[in-house]
Amino acid sequence: MEQFIQQLLNGLFLGAIYALIALGYTMVYGVLRFINFAHGDVFMLGAFAGYYLHKALMPLMGALPAPISAAVILLLAMAICAALGILIEFLAYRPLRSRPRLNVLITAIGVSLFLEYTGQLIFGATQRPFPEVIPKKNIEGLGGLYVSNTQVIVLVTTVALLVALRFIVMKTKMGLAMRALSLNPTAATLMGVNNSVVISFTFGLGSALAAAGGILYASLYPSIEPFMGILPGLKAFVAAVLGGIGNIPGAALGGLIIGITETLVAGYSQDIGIPSGYKDGVAFVILILILLFKPSGLLGKVEREKV
Amino acid sequence: MDFPRRSFLLTGLCGLALAGLTQCKKSGGGDANTIVVGEVAALSGGTATFGQSSHAGTQMAVDEINASGGLLGKKVTLITEDDQSKQGEAGTVAKKLISREKIVALLGEVASGRSLEMAPICQKEGVPMISPASTNPKVTEVGDHIFRVCFIDPFQGTVMAKFALARGWKKVAVMTDVKQDYSVGLSQYFKEYFTKNGGTIVGDQSYSSGDKDFKAQLTKLKEGAPDAILASGYYNETGLIAVQCRELGISAPLLGGDGWDSPSLVEVAGKAIEGSFFSNHFSAEDKAPIIQNFITKYKEKNDGKTPDAMAALGYDSMMILGAAIKKAGTTEGKALRDAIATTKDHAGITGVISLDEKRNANKPAVILTIKDGNFVYVETVAP
Repeated sequence: MEQFIQQLLNGLFLGAIYALIALGYTMVYGVLRFINFAHGDVFMLGAFAGYYLHKALMPLMGALPAPISAAVILLLAMAICAALGILIEFLAYRPLRSRPRLNVLITAIGVSLFLEYTGQLIFGATQRPFPEVIPKKNIEGLGGLYVSNTQVIVLVTTVALLVALRFIVMKTKMGLAMRALSLNPTAATLMGVNNSVVISFTFGLGSALAAAGGILYASLYPSIEPFMGILPGLKAFVAAVLGGIGNIPGAALGGLIIGITETLVAGYSQDIGIPSGYKDGVAFVILILILLFKPSGLLGKVEREKV
Repeated sequence: MDFPRRSFLLTGLCGLALAGLTQCKKSGGGDANTIVVGEVAALSGGTATFGQSSHAGTQMAVDEINASGGLLGKKVTLITEDDQSKQGEAGTVAKKLISREKIVALLGEVASGRSLEMAPICQKEGVPMISPASTNPKVTEVGDHIFRVCFIDPFQGTVMAKFALARGWKKVAVMTDVKQDYSVGLSQYFKEYFTKNGGTIVGDQSYSSGDKDFKAQLTKLKEGAPDAILASGYYNETGLIAVQCRELGISAPLLGGDGWDSPSLVEVAGKAIEGSFFSNHFSAEDKAPIIQNFITKYKEKNDGKTPDAMAALGYDSMMILGAAIKKAGTTEGKALRDAIATTKDHAGITGVISLDEKRNANKPAVILTIKDGNFVYVETVAP
């Protein structure tokens, strides 16, 4: 029983990361109705931004307490990736805005490959250790269960960002504009919404979330390389679809489900003679099942196509 | 150098002619004044430190051979291709080296899985191949042109099993990288010897190279309360496994093979890997003059870096090839193969190397432990 609860915890923390990445997918989809497949690679860039920021800033911030310097690095990396996200949108997606959505989707795959291989060129293909920004410690007194401070930080940051995002989308003017745009771009323009600004903002916000995900992921699994974004990115995409793409709580729910399922499969599949390598396959089986039986996702609403 | 198109045509013609005319194949590489040796190494990617080290060692051997007048009155040129630690890439670049660069012999790979990809190609083309560090038995079983200068996994697995039993560890759990032939082999031979001699395997889990999260498997292994955990994969995943073991409250030491031998292991794992053990080909702490001399020269060439086992094995593989070319008096494939096959009592950095009829080197292994971030010598185990 204790072991099972430990497995659930393992899955919960892994799922929190997927949820964070899935938020970015779902938000861009919610506003623009297209899947930004380069999202997983912005996640990778976030981790590398954290790596280099740590290298550059640690001599200056050595005296500060670890949580403050960690927060500085996190926020700076998020800002850098937000700028990158806006730049990617401006250069790659904006010129295609009036074209069929398939064109943008294919471009997104191109951007993804571009970022991966440019990353390999600049950072090198070798894996490198990610620094321990906050020293790792196990939290005591959980009755045989093991949780590290990093894991708790990941979960808390994810929840905080989720709440902040929900606030931005539901309570601010920019959020209102985003929702208006997602309903009907032309009508939104007629009501005085500047579509370009809203879309840039959406991309910036999504990329900042990806960067946060990248840094938290690298803190949990301290080894980074230019292709690290592919699999978490795909899983987060599945999570977003599972929860109902375009739906923010849905993305979080989907992330948790994928994380926990994956952990349980890896932990118990060998009992019934299946290698744990199938854990990656399971996420995609879930995707196929969801698309077959409830294409709108768990929390998604069925939408009728407008003619 | 040939124009790509011309050499492509030439290869094609060779292929056609091979049906009846085996004479078409060039007997040696390069122009009249050089001997071209090919090398496939993982200079980047998941196991990059292996490739970089073995390449540095190989290059050092080439430089030494050239400094002392070369071979058969010719200079040796080493052409190195990077396979990016990727399965699939090793075979491609090996083909390229053979068909385009007309190499006389191929050195590499370190990883068994990638050597297994290159071996059939070399065997078919009649180009001798010497792997510096692939320890999976299947590698040299591919054919009579495939050699290695290291010991093999049955020995390495047995050594670690013996070591665990000698320490009084009766319960060991196993973590295997199912994507790597090396890891699968090592785990298999460990388990065979360990269970036959009174030990119990209290958990057997697997993962794939590139995975980052091992908590699910490790939580399961913890259940068996192992005295030690065999992590038979390569350093990158092993580092993360060590970290996650400690995060789950598993304090048992890890055991491993030569796939751990990289500074990157300690960089990623930090304190988590302290007190763990692995078998290796050589120890830089060995006081023998031949080894200390090698270390001094290597440091001069590589910014003061201490050579690891891969560097020493890379050096040995090139030196054995050099000796064989001298002995054969030619670089023609068959004669060169025969000369390598009769290598006997070659005084290498990683021990005295004689190749047996299965083209494997029988050599002692050393066991190292990790102490204060350094690899510290524990004992030598003879075959």
